[in-house]
Amino acid sequence: MLYAILCYHHEDVVQSWSKEKHDRTMANLTRVTDKLTKQGRLGPVARLLPTTAATTLRKDQDPPLVVDGPFAETKEQLLGFFIVDCASLDEAIETSRELARANMGGSYEIRPVAQLDAGGLPA
Amino acid sequence: MTELAWIDAALTSARPQAIGALLRYFRDLDIAEEAYQDACLRALKNWPQQGPPRDPAAWLIMVGRNVALDGVRRRARQVALPDEETLSDTEDAEAAAAERLDDSHYRDDILRLLFICCHPDLPAVQQIALALRIVCGLSVVQIARAFLVGEAAMEQRITRAKARVAKAAVPFEAPGAPERAERLAAVAAMVYLLFNEGYSASQREAEARAPLAIEAIRLVRLLLRLFPAEPEIMGLAALMLLQEARTPARFDPEGGIVLLEDQDRSRWDRSAINEGLALIDKAMRHKRPGPYQVQAAIAALHARAATPGDTDWGQIDLLYANLERLQPSPVVTLNRAVAVSKVRGPDQALAMVEPLAGRLAGYFYFHGLKGALLDRLGRAEEARECFARAIALANTPAEAAHIRQHLDRLSCSPAPGGGKEK
Repeated sequence: MLYAILCYHHEDVVQSWSKEKHDRTMANLTRVTDKLTKQGRLGPVARLLPTTAATTLRKDQDPPLVVDGPFAETKEQLLGFFIVDCASLDEAIETSRELARANMGGSYEIRPVAQLDAGGLPA
Repeated sequence: MTELAWIDAALTSARPQAIGALLRYFRDLDIAEEAYQDACLRALKNWPQQGPPRDPAAWLIMVGRNVALDGVRRRARQVALPDEETLSDTEDAEAAAAERLDDSHYRDDILRLLFICCHPDLPAVQQIALALRIVCGLSVVQIARAFLVGEAAMEQRITRAKARVAKAAVPFEAPGAPERAERLAAVAAMVYLLFNEGYSASQREAEARAPLAIEAIRLVRLLLRLFPAEPEIMGLAALMLLQEARTPARFDPEGGIVLLEDQDRSRWDRSAINEGLALIDKAMRHKRPGPYQVQAAIAALHARAATPGDTDWGQIDLLYANLERLQPSPVVTLNRAVAVSKVRGPDQALAMVEPLAGRLAGYFYFHGLKGALLDRLGRAEEARECFARAIALANTPAEAAHIRQHLDRLSCSPAPGGGKEK
């Protein structure tokens, strides 16, 4: 089963990281994702620009309305995601724990994927 | 991140909102700061045990307010309010209450706090120092270091600025739309000033001043979250991010400045560039151009050029023409002349620069550029004269070196639009 591990954190806290802290965290995460890649379990991974760079299209009206900013003002923001192949929820939680040890703070929402289209973007 | 580091980061990012709300409540900057400090001390004691609250700012506002009121009540021998342990037990309910109280206000609270620092009577440096101290929470030592002055001198400046601000009557009612726009413009100008203070001509200085640019970017992001649909705020954020992206390439191994044309573009910070480009795209959609957006659009054209030769100077010329209209200034015209020299040749650029002589007589860069243009037109004697004047007017050795280098570069680069070459 594919799981999306959605990363939520206070974006202003993440933005206040020093370059060293940032590089260290990225290196820690890469160690975990490299392992997942070797196991053939890692799908697409994305890191998103801050919510201030977001634009929202409200399509519950016609014509849809373009609004600056993220869909919802939340205390913690969606900052990125991993798609991981896991045998069970337990394994998905265990993988999330490993990622969490590499990158403390915030929360991971573990969300089973109903359907994944790999898309046609060049790697 | 260790727990303490996380708490520290959470306290820092909650600071503007918390102090802004406490200031509205107590209407006194000193009491607000003290209440915030007390709340932070309790957070450091309480959060490691209870876990961090979901909304650190709401917690700090609530606890800060209670602690300060508690002090008042204790002095009045009245019953104390429940302490923060009790508060934390019922955290959700209390946070919800704080949110109800503050959510509608917090944008104006933060804006007011920043606006107070932009008091027109305060010199620019004091405005910035005050904002760094009160809004960003930098220590006097950190601020003094960034401004390359002694701690005592900075302490005095900040104390003086605070006294000035305390006397100024800033209305605490929610501002109307025109007032809010006015405050936002003043605050944006102060944030850009702060950013430019951090933009240095030498690497040694740049290291000391780096916190200024970092805090400025933090503040502009804060403004952007508060005012997500203001194209000029998007433009300002984009401008700062696009300029900051070049920092890793701005100095050579000896610490000397590397000009834009000569920078190793692979060292530019791609993530900052992407964010800047995304923001300028968003801003343009509003079709309400302003000076920050136009300057950001110019920076974006540089960021989009893979090599200096790919730079769209024609478009940069047009954007500067726009900027001249929006914000006429001889310095803008001077910058435009650089683009004009690339597109239409040094003679046209010189014609544009010469009328500025009266207003820019004391500006080293004016003489530098004029000299370079004359040089390219083969008027070596006049060029040499301009170079000498430029170097004499340079404020720092780095500026002099910068001009020399700039002149060298300009004098040996071909003019695509014609003009006699040396």
